[in-house]
Amino acid sequence: MLLDSKIPEGPLAEKWEKHKFNVKLVNPANKRKYDVIVVGTGLAGGAAAASLAELGYNVKAFTYHDSPRRAHSIAAQGGINAAKNYQNDGDSVFRLFYDTIKGGDYRAREANVYRLAQVSVNIIDQCVAQGVPFAREYGGLLANRSFGGAQVSRTFYARGQTGQQLLLGAYSALSRQIAYGKVKMYTRSEMLDVVIVDGQARGIVTRNLITGEIETHAAHAVVLATGGYGNVFYLSTNAKYCNVTAAWRAHKKGAFFANPCFTQIHPTCIPVSGDYQSKLTLMSESLRNDGRVWVPKTVEMAERVRKGQIKPQDIAEDDRDYFLERKYPAFGNLVPRDVASRNAKMMCDEGRGVGSTGLAVYLDFSEIIKRTGADAVSQKYGNLFAMYEKITDEDPYQMPMRIYPAVHYTMGGLWVDYNLQTSVPGLYATGECNFSDHGANRLGASALMQGLADGYFVIPYTIGDYLAQTPPKPVDTNHPAFAESKAYVQARTEQLLSIKGTRTPTQFHKALGHIMWEYCGMARTAEGLKHAKGEIQKLRKEFWQDLKITGTGEELNQALENAGRVADFLELGELMVDDALNRNESCGGHFREEYQTPEGEALRDDENYAYVAAWEYQGDNQPEKLNKEELTFENVKLTQRSYK
Amino acid sequence: MAGSNPNAKPMNLTLNVWRQPNRQAQGKIVEYHVKDISPDMSFLEMLDVLNEDLLHAGQDPVAFDHDCREGICGSCDLFINGRSHGPEKGTTTCQLHMRKFSDGDTITIEPWRANAFPVNKDLSVDRSAFDRIIQAGGYVSVNTGGAPDGNEIPIPKEISDRAFEAATCIGCGACVAACKNASAMLFVSAKVSQLALLPQGNVERKTRVENMVAQMDKEGFGACTNIGSCAAECPVGISLENIAILNREFLAAKATSNNLA
Repeated sequence: MLLDSKIPEGPLAEKWEKHKFNVKLVNPANKRKYDVIVVGTGLAGGAAAASLAELGYNVKAFTYHDSPRRAHSIAAQGGINAAKNYQNDGDSVFRLFYDTIKGGDYRAREANVYRLAQVSVNIIDQCVAQGVPFAREYGGLLANRSFGGAQVSRTFYARGQTGQQLLLGAYSALSRQIAYGKVKMYTRSEMLDVVIVDGQARGIVTRNLITGEIETHAAHAVVLATGGYGNVFYLSTNAKYCNVTAAWRAHKKGAFFANPCFTQIHPTCIPVSGDYQSKLTLMSESLRNDGRVWVPKTVEMAERVRKGQIKPQDIAEDDRDYFLERKYPAFGNLVPRDVASRNAKMMCDEGRGVGSTGLAVYLDFSEIIKRTGADAVSQKYGNLFAMYEKITDEDPYQMPMRIYPAVHYTMGGLWVDYNLQTSVPGLYATGECNFSDHGANRLGASALMQGLADGYFVIPYTIGDYLAQTPPKPVDTNHPAFAESKAYVQARTEQLLSIKGTRTPTQFHKALGHIMWEYCGMARTAEGLKHAKGEIQKLRKEFWQDLKITGTGEELNQALENAGRVADFLELGELMVDDALNRNESCGGHFREEYQTPEGEALRDDENYAYVAAWEYQGDNQPEKLNKEELTFENVKLTQRSYK
Repeated sequence: MAGSNPNAKPMNLTLNVWRQPNRQAQGKIVEYHVKDISPDMSFLEMLDVLNEDLLHAGQDPVAFDHDCREGICGSCDLFINGRSHGPEKGTTTCQLHMRKFSDGDTITIEPWRANAFPVNKDLSVDRSAFDRIIQAGGYVSVNTGGAPDGNEIPIPKEISDRAFEAATCIGCGACVAACKNASAMLFVSAKVSQLALLPQGNVERKTRVENMVAQMDKEGFGACTNIGSCAAECPVGISLENIAILNREFLAAKATSNNLA
């Protein structure tokens, strides 16, 4: 199938302006005749629901949380990028665009990324107007820092809690529309299917998590803002509830899933401490601005550290290897995430890892503490240091942090065109659940930017174009398609409850996570991926024969919720493996060991793989069909990424 | 294991857990035993162990709210040994680690207790009253688009920092659970202070505080008697000063009200 990305004609810098003029408008008096469903109330969903309601549409918003203030956007620490150039250090819309395209290893769409950079400046203005307390200078103006692989200071932040403050801003805007009656808010409601009527998305099926009731909801369009699927690895920095279910059910109803193998492994996370571990905690990338990453120079020394015979602070300078500064003198500790993660893994593979498992490297603040004092460091990173100490019982003011890469973000997601519409008309995907802007690797402080760009400044325009061409006739849930979807959801719930086997959802989830991390994690091989595919198929079969959950579908049943999500992860996992196997190159977060430069860097194959792999569902247990969207680059030159 | 405390011994614990099938049902404390709990586990990971044990035994796992498990989403809300989020100061339940307990301890785990927070099931409560208070005025009325340049409103750093401190409230409800009156004053005051301190919030300053306080009362939260246990138990350190600001804002608004409603 030919994928039409609907990129507007014209020069890059004019595409969005022209497109905004060319899109059809809905008459202000008619807007109230249209219903829009928004699923998810993180940055993308909260911003979209509020903005669409402000325009006059009737919005129904859904979240499985108890409140729209809890989505995992809230945990983003570092900041949000914007091409304001307030620091007079040479930033511009084009530079942010260029950095994002390059950072994504040339696997993102130029037009989308340019638009993202353009609207980034509006996001900051909007959030300030809402009362988001960004960090400020003594003169009262907004402060910036450099962050995650950027050589300009374009990151706006609110101490180490930027995501929280931005989400509370979107939540406040959403709350205002709920009070006005323009948004009907459904909390503790999990979306379990999309309803398609005559080829168009016309509603959803949800489960009320308190009563267990399966409900149907109709609308003229459906916007998914349901986040990423990093929890397919079981252990990740995602919140425990993060899951692929909404996106996956949409996929099974015809929405293509793009580049599922593009997952980001974040370099600075607190290492795993035991089998009971339920999640991994990120230490903000901003720490790499002042922290220096190192391991002992020799395997022998590393062994002594692992056995507790020597403390890291007692290791002499000469016996340390600041490997990022050594290998990448231009960027040093600030190389992009994929590069930093891979290098940490290489050090541990060489036997120079630290901590009792040997799966950690040091992030050392002794130099900055000596230079500026502990107080100044606390001003900047106090909450992060406190969090580290709480989890590890070690004081990072006294000894270096131990860090290790962990799954953090998924660049892949539902395929969308320039309008953020999926391959199903009337079904949109925003924020992390779409694939659109980060290519094969996301730069730091760009996730918040994309979520809010999509929600505040893109979807309000593009969805209008679709609605203007849709008659404002009421849609109702009496169409047989709703009954059919509802029956499917009910049957699946019953099936999960009826297996009555011996293994819990968490046991299956951990087993899947292990396979994914081993074979589809930081380094992948064709052989390993083929093995993983068989293992996942086997595990999935066992799941449907041996799952054990208790209780009924008519109550708050967290084991049942979890089982449904794990079931979908077991299907997604296989597609990720297929995608990784198909992509015979290394790019960004996708590192195939067979394809690397002599220095061990990712080796792209632009000739054969400069495309978006958009997978089309073909039915249960059937191989998915690959559709390609060729990526054309007219404004940047494809080069080997170099941070030396 | 790579835990920081390789010599710490696993613990065996007795748990007294509040079990309540649904909002209407009568609840009760049920005793459970968990074994081999690592001191490096978080409190919720300890409950995960209990729930896996219960599932394997064919029993209903204990329902509790949680999500980010890094202390920021505000979902987790356990009343542990009579204290909001347990014994460690400035800590959410998910960031409380078992090294704060000892082998052989008995731990009592209850949901938040407040009329305005009805129990959904077991340890999960309904905190939608907080959302309704925010809906009553916890925002600046600006639509998307048309905002002036972010640097057109300079704000002194100390004001901005104070607003930020108030804005860090995670909406968990620990303040309500800790208060003998089940008052929500600390929660309400955090949002009122944030927006009263900032120039952006100035236009709606009076109506905001009046409407939010009215909604707070309507939800059935108790009155504030200046005990201060809310601030003492707040996991993110929201200061009692905010309640003073709220009282001042409320009085000033009432005295000079232009709220025509």
